[in-house]
Parts: sequence; C-alpha cells; structure tokens
Amino acid sequence: MKVFITKDALDPYKEILDYENTALPAGKHGGVVSFVGTMRDFNDGQDVNAMDLDYYPGMTERHIERVIQEASDEWDVMDALVVHRVGKMVPTDPIVLVAVWSAHRKDSFDACRYIINYLKESAPFWKCEVTTSGEKHWVEHNSEDPGAAARKGLKKSA
Amino acid sequence: MDVKVRYFASLRDRMGKGDESVSFDKDTATVADLWSKVSSEPMPESILVAVNMEYTDSSHELKNGDEVAFFPPVTGG
Repeated sequence: MKVFITKDALDPYKEILDYENTALPAGKHGGVVSFVGTMRDFNDGQDVNAMDLDYYPGMTERHIERVIQEASDEWDVMDALVVHRVGKMVPTDPIVLVAVWSAHRKDSFDACRYIINYLKESAPFWKCEVTTSGEKHWVEHNSEDPGAAARKGLKKSA
Repeated sequence: MDVKVRYFASLRDRMGKGDESVSFDKDTATVADLWSKVSSEPMPESILVAVNMEYTDSSHELKNGDEVAFFPPVTGG
C-alpha cells in the first residue's frame, strides 16, 4: 500500500505503471481498477479559474491509509495506491488517483469505489476556489453527501 | 502543561495564523478550555477537532505535548 500527497503536477497513468512495475509481483494480479479525478472549471453554478487545496500533513495520510486498510479487510485487495495533489491547481489538472489491484475485477471495483468515496466525502482536505472574477473563497459545504457510501451498501457486509 | 495548536483552511485565515503554542498553569484542561484561551468567541458548532490527528470533541482531556487541530468541515479531495 502506498499513499502520498504532493504539490507537484500529477501524471496518474505513469504512477500506476511505475507502482505496478516496482511493487507488485508479476503475473499475480488479474487487473487494476483506477479512478483519476480532475479539476472541473465549475462548482455550484460558478466558473472556477483555479483552486488551492489545503490538507493536514500527517493526519490526512493516516486516515487515507486507514480507509485502504478497511477496504482490504472487506475485499480481496492485493495492493492499492493513492496519490493526491494539494496546493494550487487549474482546471483539467489531475487531482487524485486511486488504483486498486486484485486477482478478480469485482474486488478492485468495489474497493476503489469505497476509497474514492471516502476521499470525496470525509478526507481532511479543504478547497479554496478562485472564481473568474478573481475572488477567492473557501468552499464551506461539501457537494458530496457524507455517509452516502454507507447507505448505498457499498461495503460487502452492509 | 503545553500544547501545540493548529488551524486549517478558513479558520487559519480567521485566526490569522496556522499554529501556536499554548501553556496552561494547571495540569488538566479540555479542548473547550483551550478554545476559550485562543478565542474570545464561542467555538462554532461546525468546527471539528482532532487531538494527535484523531477526531475527538470539545470535552477531550488534554495532555502535555498534545497537538490539537481546529478546522472547518472537510470539503473533500
């Protein structure tokens, strides 16, 4: 398992290949499911020019590692990689990568969805948006619905 | 007793700083006691608290050397 947070530009597909080639034994996994989140140029009906993403160094990584462990307890996960970008970014920039390797596709799909839902709903990140008029504001409300993942029965035991 | 306090996002802007050290004359204090030392305003209901990077609440008893973070609701990655 690997979690890292970076202020640098993110090349998610290179990260998947590099990790697969260095951390996973060849021929053992049946596939990788990945989610790549990119920055939109709109939010809540407003045009957005740029974003500055804040996080809590140490706590954010610890809680992401914990949710990967939860997913690994629920599904047959061979390995997982999460890379998250923070700091200043502009629309079309990749922000987040979740990649999950398993022997069979269902485990990868379910675990990947569980992890990305956590990241979008509950992980310690805060968005500061810059609108086209140059106005900066902290996003006060999460557009995701916290707790939705649990209610949708995404966990195998639910 | 000394604790380290950290603020994030809009709360960092509101407090005008990202972190500070706070000393108490006594050996016991809660998160609520700490808030009343760093702010003259009541603690907003929406503010989240973590002690040593784990979520907790304002009744949490602090220990010497704890790192306490106050932040607004998370808005996801």
